[in-house]
Amino acid sequence: MKPSLELHDMWRQDREPLIHLQNDQLMPLPAPLDNPGTDYPWKTLSAQTRERCECGLDDTCALSLPQPKTPEDEAQLVGKFLSGLEKLFTRENNWTFLQPLVLTMEHCARCQTCSEACHIYEASGRNELYRPTFRSEIVRRLYFKHIRNGGLLTAWRHGDVKLNWPLVARLAELAYRCNLCRRCAQTCPIGADNGLVAHELRKIFSQEMGIAPKELHDNGSMLQLKVGSSTGMNAEAVKDNIAFIDEDISEKTGIEVRTPWDVEGADVLLIHNAGEIMAWPENPGAFALVLDAAGISWTMSSELAAYDSINYGLWYDDAQFARVALKHAEAARKLKVKRIVLGECGHAHKALAVIADRILDGDLNIPRQSSLTLLRDIIVGGRLELDPSRNDFPVTLHDPCNVVRLMGVVEPQREVVRAICPRFREMEPHGVDNYCCGGGSGFAIMSGQNFPDWRFHVSGRKKLQQILDAFADCLDPATPKYLCAPCSNCKGQFRDMLAYYGLWEKHRILYGGLVELIVNAMHDVKPGFIEWEWR
Amino acid sequence: MATLVLYCFLYAGGIAFLAGCVVRAVRYAKEPIHLRWEIYPVPHGRSGELKIMVPEILFLKGLWEFNRPMWLVSYPFHLGLYLIIITLAGVVIVPGGGDEFLHRAALITGNAGLVLVLAGATGLLVRRLTNRELRIYSSGADIFNLLFFLLTAVLLLAGYWLRPAGTPGPLAVLRGVLAWDGALRPSGLLTAGLVSGAALAAYIPMTHMAHFIAKYFTYHSVRWDERSAEGSIARRMAEYLTYRPTWAAKHVSADGQRTWAEIATTNPARGGSK
Repeated sequence: MKPSLELHDMWRQDREPLIHLQNDQLMPLPAPLDNPGTDYPWKTLSAQTRERCECGLDDTCALSLPQPKTPEDEAQLVGKFLSGLEKLFTRENNWTFLQPLVLTMEHCARCQTCSEACHIYEASGRNELYRPTFRSEIVRRLYFKHIRNGGLLTAWRHGDVKLNWPLVARLAELAYRCNLCRRCAQTCPIGADNGLVAHELRKIFSQEMGIAPKELHDNGSMLQLKVGSSTGMNAEAVKDNIAFIDEDISEKTGIEVRTPWDVEGADVLLIHNAGEIMAWPENPGAFALVLDAAGISWTMSSELAAYDSINYGLWYDDAQFARVALKHAEAARKLKVKRIVLGECGHAHKALAVIADRILDGDLNIPRQSSLTLLRDIIVGGRLELDPSRNDFPVTLHDPCNVVRLMGVVEPQREVVRAICPRFREMEPHGVDNYCCGGGSGFAIMSGQNFPDWRFHVSGRKKLQQILDAFADCLDPATPKYLCAPCSNCKGQFRDMLAYYGLWEKHRILYGGLVELIVNAMHDVKPGFIEWEWR
Repeated sequence: MATLVLYCFLYAGGIAFLAGCVVRAVRYAKEPIHLRWEIYPVPHGRSGELKIMVPEILFLKGLWEFNRPMWLVSYPFHLGLYLIIITLAGVVIVPGGGDEFLHRAALITGNAGLVLVLAGATGLLVRRLTNRELRIYSSGADIFNLLFFLLTAVLLLAGYWLRPAGTPGPLAVLRGVLAWDGALRPSGLLTAGLVSGAALAAYIPMTHMAHFIAKYFTYHSVRWDERSAEGSIARRMAEYLTYRPTWAAKHVSADGQRTWAEIATTNPARGGSK
């Protein structure tokens, strides 16, 4: 089926998936995962799911979109989609991204330069469905036909497209087969941005049709706006958890740690991804220890949403994005802090420091800083006594897309790692040319149906290849190895993907953040902060 | 009379090209300032920008780096266009033709430009037709556009090299256009080439081939635009926040009456309260 896939298949009336991926068709992996025959088979979607949901794209299903019951329902949904498409190209509804979107719509030369940059396309064995231009070309044709009111010549000039429910349902799924890493945009000779097209498609579905992955919307941004965090922790719960972490870290390190809350006038308001508090408590604990040891005046905030830096709206909904960004800034204003420091969370970095920049004006325009630059300043400034020999194990560094390519923070984390990790080695390529972990744009927390199989086999595959290549000389389990990933979302993907392939059990590849490496190297801390246990 | 009609056509082509480019550029420039959406590395200062722009414009560096097979056909095509532009600019700047050296230089750049456009367009066409990943995304217009370039280059080259003795070449005609010299009598083949060229020039701004305009904006207004909400941007942002969106999903709470600012400061998870 793969070689014959063409754009018109997207509006095929049947509900059969357009493609099936086989492990032996995927991009080969290096040792020890170099035998596709021993790779895990994918979980198949249940008959019930196929009966109830729109699964006509590929072997997985990110949205569990219910099938419409009648042709009238279908027509109504198509009408809503078209209405959303129209709004996407009006300044009142979409001033936020209108200019880059129109430029992308009108100037792609279909040269396919972007394809080779896309890790999903490459990892899938260059499956046509995942080519960055496949999705964009459909949207582009819809734009010229329905928005630019194309006349008789439109199909000849821009290609034909038929807007029907199967197309809309498949586009909804296809919008969630892109990590929004924008590596494709980076290589486009014209500057067209296929990642943006996926982002804007998601917005039509969310903002007009109320369709978004449950993990991002109901259990994500809505839960954060309701109780304060997508983890479900309210202010009391988060304080309790942090108190427990403080206690644990104090005992483990021999250094008393106490996280300050709601300190007015503090220099730094530190906002973690609250997932760290639940899943990787050593990370916020390590931050508390380092900031105290460096003599920094800092605080956390117990205001609604201000103790959780996540902003899932970044991936699918401008309204939700703006609401959460404002909550973060308002908390900082209320405490009169001098700056906001974002913990190790890539999308939170980009959301608050970059994307929200132009809507935070007046007294909400409080300086925002990456924790990576703060940690660099602490290390380079000699504010901690460090013993790099405590980190005498192979370390490689994953670059979160949102921090490097999309924000430009490339060297600070390297300065830290080079200073404290004698056996540091880069992945290739790295820095702004990095590859996504495969969990970007919300995938790391999307676990509906068999979606994890897709993100382990396809979206995470390129990164997996990079990790194995980086540690190729020391895969022996006798040598513990550390994959440093200063981003919660990326860590979530690594936790799941490394476990799936047994890379901790068989090869002792552990993942973790940057600040943990710093504490592990601190002279005054009891040795063995990194415990070499799987979490 | 026929010559003056040809001149009118050439002027019309040039004016349509310029007007089309201006209209397109103004349309993009008038789009609202979007949220920051840059891609790093972002160069700083004029010299930093030039370090990226010059190799990109002159040598299509991005394509060389990321899509070498395409560069091999696209670069000759673009280089040919640059040489033709240089030739045209030379004719305008030195309308009388200057000395023999300048005339010969213009002949060389003009001919080389047309040959390169011919070769590049042929290569691009062959790739587009034979390479599946290009073919299945191509529209009828994509093929037509390349054929249009091909035809124009062939006509102009043939019009120059096969012109009857005593008839003017393309450079002489272009100088005649500027001097409004109705005495010239170009051959039919050359006239066809010039008409085709004028029509092509008028057509380009109506298509995605006007990406030289788009590229300015994709780089300067998107990839490299790190400006914060200060000064004029702050004023425009304040204006945008008064827009009244009509997104229909319930959680957005956009009824066409509420502004972006009001929507952003309400909380749908708490019954719309702040």
